[in-house]
Amino acid sequence: MSKRETDEVTGVETTGHEWDGIRELDNPLPRWWLYVFYAGIAVAAVYWVLMPAWPGVSGYTKGMLGQSDRADVVRELQGLKQLRGAQAAKLQKASLEEIEADPELQAYAQAIGQSVFGDNCATCHGTGGVGTKGYANLRDDVWLWGGSLSDIHRTIEVGIRSDHPQTRFSQMPAFGRDQMLTSAQISDLTEYVVMLSRRKADAAAVARAAPTYAEQCAACHGVEGLGDQTKGAPNLTDQEWLYGSSRDDIRGQIWAGKGGVMPSWKTRFDPETLKALAVYIHANAGGQ
Amino acid sequence: MWKHHTKLERHSLPLVIAILIVVSIGGIVEIAPLFYLESTIEKVEGVRPYTPLELEGRDIYIREGCYTCHSQMIRPLRDEVERYGHYSLAAESMYDHPFQWGSKRTGPDLARVGGKYSDSWHTDHLIDPRSVVPESVMPPYAFLAKKTLDYGAIEDKIRAMTRVGVPYTQDMIDNAKEDLETQADPFAAPTKLQNRYGGKVLQRDFDGDPDRLTEMDALVAYLQMLGGLVDFSTYQAEAPENRR
Repeated sequence: MSKRETDEVTGVETTGHEWDGIRELDNPLPRWWLYVFYAGIAVAAVYWVLMPAWPGVSGYTKGMLGQSDRADVVRELQGLKQLRGAQAAKLQKASLEEIEADPELQAYAQAIGQSVFGDNCATCHGTGGVGTKGYANLRDDVWLWGGSLSDIHRTIEVGIRSDHPQTRFSQMPAFGRDQMLTSAQISDLTEYVVMLSRRKADAAAVARAAPTYAEQCAACHGVEGLGDQTKGAPNLTDQEWLYGSSRDDIRGQIWAGKGGVMPSWKTRFDPETLKALAVYIHANAGGQ
Repeated sequence: MWKHHTKLERHSLPLVIAILIVVSIGGIVEIAPLFYLESTIEKVEGVRPYTPLELEGRDIYIREGCYTCHSQMIRPLRDEVERYGHYSLAAESMYDHPFQWGSKRTGPDLARVGGKYSDSWHTDHLIDPRSVVPESVMPPYAFLAKKTLDYGAIEDKIRAMTRVGVPYTQDMIDNAKEDLETQADPFAAPTKLQNRYGGKVLQRDFDGDPDRLTEMDALVAYLQMLGGLVDFSTYQAEAPENRR
């Protein structure tokens, strides 16, 4: 160990170390830095006393302030309820029709509905609600399960083919896959549906398919093909269909009908949010 | 003391050992207690080990690096709870080895994505994300629907899980292949699968292709059970032992 000495050029003491003839100046740390460092240690000691900090054998020190992130979030959520205030309470009590009739309440419901739609519904139905093949377009005025306020509310609540016990449910039979109809019969039926949707169709095929339609399809889709919203059967006279309207699409649906799933949102949303969402969709998506 | 310090500085091996001791203090204080403190994991009802199909799906989730963009951790913050649902509990990932909390959200958190969308949405979205979410930046995973699921090693995978403390029974290991096939087949008898993994196990053809058991089946089965296990009606959020 060499001894500490003063460097001639700078007048600063050296650390006393010497490595291959090189010595190191022992400049002191800036005072301000040193004081902040000590203050940091002092703050840490205070923190240990006030906040949850040290693990022990069977638990941890809880701290004198009793701070808990999980308790905080509960409090913050209550604060949020208060922030939403009287309007939220009104929303809870008012019926769907009353909400729509009261301009102030409706504006409030729409604001909530918009943010909830954007995060939860837009994923399938699209940001603007126009959907895509297999996911319903909410923007047109065609509704599979009804477009009234209460119908929309119900659909959001129980879903379609969901795990909710009272879910809306319909099933298009797989006429081709399950060999209920022959391939030729399905081709004829396809022409019949094309005819129903007011397009040019093969008249001979339509004539051949008429009895099959009456026997197999009319029970749900109606004799005139107008559909039935209580059964979720689409109207065949428009062309606003979930799985497309080309001849191939129609044939595919008759051969092995697809049916999508819409989840039930009852457990994810509280009743106010559910109402707000129904009002939002009804107002913005051409509800009936 | 400073004299001894010189000894330490002049001998590399003692210096390395001393550095290791100092560096590990932080780890010992912060990590070690989590292994022995019983209050770390909440006592809740409903959490069970993954079914064989879900476990295969989880392996695909890890293999494809989903965790690099998706977290599975809803933090106890107001805005997160408002958006995603109840904050995540430690108990919900106690059978995860490794856990999938993640550290970055390019995509949304997936801790409670189970049941939020339909199976066909997940399938469509994984095949071509932009077909359902035009603004998405997620890469497509169309090959999952084409690739037959290779579950030859499922028994060994489950056995490996038991080694790190997941309470699979011998019965579960022995019937892993059967359970896996049952879960992906809506027409198979569900009784045995449900006896082993509980009545809430989802059993259906997840990818919409009834003829084949694909990697898509496994991944969608996994995604659809995320966040749905804990029965929150019996969870005492206010209880002192559940406070953090």
